[in-house]
Amino acid sequence: MHELSIVSSVVDTVITSLEKYPGARVTEVRLNVGALAAVIEDSLQFCYGIATDGTPLEGSRLVVNLIPVTVHCAACGRDGAIESLQSFRCPHCGEPAADIRHGRELDIDAIEIEEAEEGVKP
Amino acid sequence: MTTRIVELRQGILKKNDELARGLRTRFETAGVLVLNLVSSPGTGKTAFLERTLRELRARGSRAAALVGDLETDNDARRLAASGAPVRQINTHGICHLEAEMIGKHLEGWAGVDLKNLDYLFIENVGNLVCPSSYDLGERIRVALLSVTEGEDKPLKYPTLFNSADAAIITKMDIAEAVGFDRAAALRNIRAIRPDIRIFETSAKTGAGTDLWLDYLAAEKAHREA
Repeated sequence: MHELSIVSSVVDTVITSLEKYPGARVTEVRLNVGALAAVIEDSLQFCYGIATDGTPLEGSRLVVNLIPVTVHCAACGRDGAIESLQSFRCPHCGEPAADIRHGRELDIDAIEIEEAEEGVKP
Repeated sequence: MTTRIVELRQGILKKNDELARGLRTRFETAGVLVLNLVSSPGTGKTAFLERTLRELRARGSRAAALVGDLETDNDARRLAASGAPVRQINTHGICHLEAEMIGKHLEGWAGVDLKNLDYLFIENVGNLVCPSSYDLGERIRVALLSVTEGEDKPLKYPTLFNSADAAIITKMDIAEAVGFDRAAALRNIRAIRPDIRIFETSAKTGAGTDLWLDYLAAEKAHREA
């Protein structure tokens, strides 16, 4: 259960990025989370409400884009998404595949903000 | 009111990743091979490390350990009996170690100079989920699994086993008594990480220790080459 510290990092990063947009309010935060990131979306959502309380992110939506695990196969040279996390094999030829190309992401992709009207001080 | 999309494209654990990169460079410059040991509570990380430290010392290698736990310095005291320098990290509730904690505990560590070490072991907090997200600057991540935990544990915790470079099966001395299915365990570990190195060990009898120490020596020589 380290989702609260993950979400807290998200909040800190977003607040820092708001420095360029004084008075802005955040309406949406979009994350890319790989299937191997060891992070559960439900826990993220649960912690998000707590971590954003009293910040410019309060009330915003958290959108989690789940990224499947893609491997590169040394045997057949192709890339593909594995069929299950219990079997790291090439989906094309079935050989074991250790070269992970996607699925470890844990990134903030973008935020949607509402900017304060010009001349209005926050 | 205008709505705007701001692209950030930033790693959430960027701060940890940057600190870990700094540590890795520091370890490489000092020529010390660093390993991060991860398992469930009760797998036998400390017993495994006790034996490893003791036998490395007998082989004339210089090793030290940082050991993470939520509370108490019991593990550090156990490990210190090997004669190796050991420092406890108490996370006070945090379920994993972070790069910042490693950096902090390397400072002012009496009698320890990274340049004079061959190996530094980091025993993570007992947890099979959270430590997999946090790079500590290690070269080798080691996942441990005991014969009492169930052969399908790698399938249940693929994120951790997939991120490991080596897997250690512990408590092999009681494998027969607990009906451990060795073939299934090996198959499951390899299903999650096909190119992983697997060592079957017993901290009690010392079985498997030689192969493990040879692997460490080879990895260290390989890094120096």
